[in-house]
Amino acid sequence: MKDINFIIAGVGGQGTILASDIMAEVGMLAGYDVKKTDVLGLAIRGGSVISHIRWGEKVDAPMSMRGKVDYLLAFEPIEALRQIEFLNRGSTIVFNEYKISPVTVSSGLATYPADNVIEKALKDSAKNIYSINATNKAVEIGSVKIMNVILLGALTPFLDTNMEIWEKAIKKFVPEKFKEINLKAFHTGREMMKVKIKEKLV
Amino acid sequence: MKEILSGNEAFARGAYEAGIQVVTGYPGTPSSEIIKTIGELYSEDIYSEWSTNEKVAMDAAAGAAYSGRRSMVTTKQVGMNVLSDSLLYTVYTGVEAGLVVVTADDPGLFSSQNEQDNRWYSRLAKIPTLEPQDSQEAKDFVIKGIEISEKFDTPVLIRTVMRVSHSKTIVELGERPEVPKEVGKFPRNIPKYNCTAMYAKEMHAKVEKRILDIQEWLETSDLNKIEWKDTKIGIITAGVVHTYVRDVFPNASILKLGMINPLPKKLIKDFASKVDQLIIIEELDPVLEEQVKALGIGAQGKDIFPPCYELLPDRMKELSLKAGLIKAEKVPENKYRKLLDSLPTRSPVFCPGCPHRSSFYVMNKLKVPVAGDIGCYNLGSMPPFNAQHTMGAMGASIGVLHGISLAKIPENAVCTIGDSTFFHSGMPPLVNMVHNGGRGVVVIMDNSSTAMTGHQDNPGIDWSVTKDRKAKKIEIEPLVRAMGVEKVVTVNAFKVKEVKAGFEECLKFDGTAVLIAKGECIFVSRKPKPAFTVNREKCIACHACFEVGCPAVAMDIVKNEKNGKFKAKIDPTLCNGCSVCSQVCPTGAIEPPESGRRV
Repeated sequence: MKDINFIIAGVGGQGTILASDIMAEVGMLAGYDVKKTDVLGLAIRGGSVISHIRWGEKVDAPMSMRGKVDYLLAFEPIEALRQIEFLNRGSTIVFNEYKISPVTVSSGLATYPADNVIEKALKDSAKNIYSINATNKAVEIGSVKIMNVILLGALTPFLDTNMEIWEKAIKKFVPEKFKEINLKAFHTGREMMKVKIKEKLV
Repeated sequence: MKEILSGNEAFARGAYEAGIQVVTGYPGTPSSEIIKTIGELYSEDIYSEWSTNEKVAMDAAAGAAYSGRRSMVTTKQVGMNVLSDSLLYTVYTGVEAGLVVVTADDPGLFSSQNEQDNRWYSRLAKIPTLEPQDSQEAKDFVIKGIEISEKFDTPVLIRTVMRVSHSKTIVELGERPEVPKEVGKFPRNIPKYNCTAMYAKEMHAKVEKRILDIQEWLETSDLNKIEWKDTKIGIITAGVVHTYVRDVFPNASILKLGMINPLPKKLIKDFASKVDQLIIIEELDPVLEEQVKALGIGAQGKDIFPPCYELLPDRMKELSLKAGLIKAEKVPENKYRKLLDSLPTRSPVFCPGCPHRSSFYVMNKLKVPVAGDIGCYNLGSMPPFNAQHTMGAMGASIGVLHGISLAKIPENAVCTIGDSTFFHSGMPPLVNMVHNGGRGVVVIMDNSSTAMTGHQDNPGIDWSVTKDRKAKKIEIEPLVRAMGVEKVVTVNAFKVKEVKAGFEECLKFDGTAVLIAKGECIFVSRKPKPAFTVNREKCIACHACFEVGCPAVAMDIVKNEKNGKFKAKIDPTLCNGCSVCSQVCPTGAIEPPESGRRV
C-alpha cells in the first residue's frame, strides 16, 4: 500500500475543511491509516486555509514534509502557488481557475500575479497541471457552495479509488437536503477532468 | 468500530466512554469543539453548557464532582489564567467523583494573544497531567484521567495543543460504562472541602504526598512507552511532537511520555543511561528538559529547538540537520522564493454582511483612540480600518479605557467589546468605571453570538449549547442601566448614519457612556440577501467603498479615465447584500439587486 500525501488549499468560506474531511474519510474506507490537519487563521472567512491529508500503511505526523506531497488540490490559483514547496517532480496539481482577490489587492497594498507568472511557477513545480473553472460550473449547477465537491470529483481520475466510497463519504459530510446536488457536482467534476485529460493526450 | 475523529471530538467521545455526566467550559480556539460535540452527540447522557467564563465553569464542575458526578472542564490556554484561581483549590480538596480539566494550548499562535505553555500550571498546581499525541490517545486519556482522578482523589489536567485538537485521526470506539442516575446528599465534609487556612495546611501536606505517590505509581504505568532502536541517540518527547520525531528520526530510540507531570524519574534515568546522546524535544518551554537536567542527567533540548512556535517536521528536520543529529540532503532554496514571498496575503477580514463593519468604518473616520478586546472585532485593527489600538485579554478593554480616562489624554476615547466578552469579564470593569467616574464610550458590539470561536451561545441568547435547548436571555441594555450607566444608546449596526450619530452623541457625554451596536452575525441570522452590483456608468473610482474593507468589494478591470483609477465591482458569490458599501458611496453607484436570486 503506497503512502499518498495530499494538500487541499483554499480561501476561508470555500469549503476546504469539508473537502479534506471527505478526503480523509475516503482514505479510511479504502483501508488506509489516515491523518489530516488544517492550517487556518481565525475561525472566520477570507483567510487562506490549508489542509494536509495523509493516507498510508501507518501514518505518524499529520502533515507532510516539503517535497513529499503527491496531489495538490487548490480552490484558487494563488492558493495553489503558495504550496509549491511541498511538491516534487512527480506531483499532480488540480486547481480552480476562479480568482478571489484578497482585500490587500483591492486596498492597493499588493498586486495579484499575472496568469503567465502563476502558470510558469506551477509548471516548474509538478509534472501534471490541470485546471477547471469549478466556481462557474458550481453557479451553473445551482450553488457556489458545491465548488469544493466539483474539484474533489476532478481529482478522482488520478486516483485508484472506488466511486462508491466517495459517494458514501460525501453523503456522510453534507447535509441531507444538499446530498443530491453534491453528488451531481462530484460526478460533473470527474467528467470535466476526464475530458481535460483526453484533450491533453490529443 | 472505527471512526475518524478530531482530537476535540475524541475528547468528547472520551467523556462519554468515561461516564462523565457534567461538562462545562467557555469557548476558545482550539478547545471549542469538545463541548459542541457533546451537545450534538451525547446530550442525552451528558449535561454540557457554555458557562459565562472559565472560572465559573471550573467552579461548576468542582461542585458537580464534589456531589458525586464525574465532570470535565474545557478551556483554551489563556482561559486557564481565568480558571486557575479555582483549579488550585480543587487540587487541595480533591473530589468525590472524577474531575478532568482539558487545556488546549496554541503553539504557533493561530488564534491566541500569546503562546503560553500551560504545562507550567501542572507544576504550579501540582496536578497530574496527561498529554495525548492523537485522537485515539485523546479519547483514552480522558478515561485514564478519570481513573487517576478517582484513584488518587485529585483533579487531573489533560494538556492538548491545536495540532491534536484540530487534526483528525482514526479512533477505535468503546462503550459508555454504567453510571448511577441518582447521587446521594452532598457530603458535609468541612475539613476536606473548605479551604480555610487551618484545613488548607493539612491539605497542602496531602498534595505533596499525593504527587509523590503518583510518581511512584507512574514508574510502571503503561502511559510511558520506550521504542528501542539505535541507541546512539535517545529522545524524550511527548504529545503530537512524538509523531514528528518518528518522521524525522526513524532510527532513534524514543521515550514517549503520556503523563508529563509528575515525571517517572527512575524510568528517565534508566533510559538516559542506555543511550549515547540524550535529546529532549518539546514545543515551547523547556518544561521537561529542566526537570531531566535537575536529575543530574546531561541532555540537549532548547539549545537546538528554540521555544517559539510549532516544531513541525520540516522545521525539526532543519534544526536537527544544523545540529548534526541527522544526515540528509539539504533542500535547496526554491527558485520562486521571491514570488512566493510577494504573494498577496489573505489575512482574515470581516465577513461580507458583518455587523461590525460600520462601527469600525465610523471609528476610523472619527479618529478616536480605541481600546480593544477579544473577538472578531479585533480585525478592526487591520487595514483599512486601523481602529483598534490595544488588545490584551478578555474583558480588558473597559479597564484600559478607564485607565486612559484617568490619564486625562487630550481626546475622548472609546473601547470595543463583544456581547459574549462583556458577559465573560466586562461587567466588573464597567461597574468600576461607573463607580469611579471614568469618562469614555464603551461600545458593546452585540452580534448575538460568540462568533469568532464558532458561534456559540452566551447569556444574551435564548438557547444553550444546542439550539433546541432553551435558555434565559439576559438583555444588555437594562443590565448596563442597572449598573448605573446614565448614557445608553442602542443603534442598528447596519445603518452607517445611525452608528455615526450614536458615536457622536456618546462622545459628547461627560461620563461613562455605553453604545450598543446591535446587528446579528451573518452566521446567526443565516439570511444573506441578494448581491448588490456596481453601476459602471455611475462609479467614479473614488474607492470610498474600499474603506469598508469588504472581501466582496473588489477592483474592476475598467478605469475612470479622469483619475486613472480602476472602478469597483462586487463579487456576486461573496456579497451578502448588507448594503453598507452602498451607504458610503457618494454617487449612488452601488445598486440593490433587481431580481432576488442568490448564486
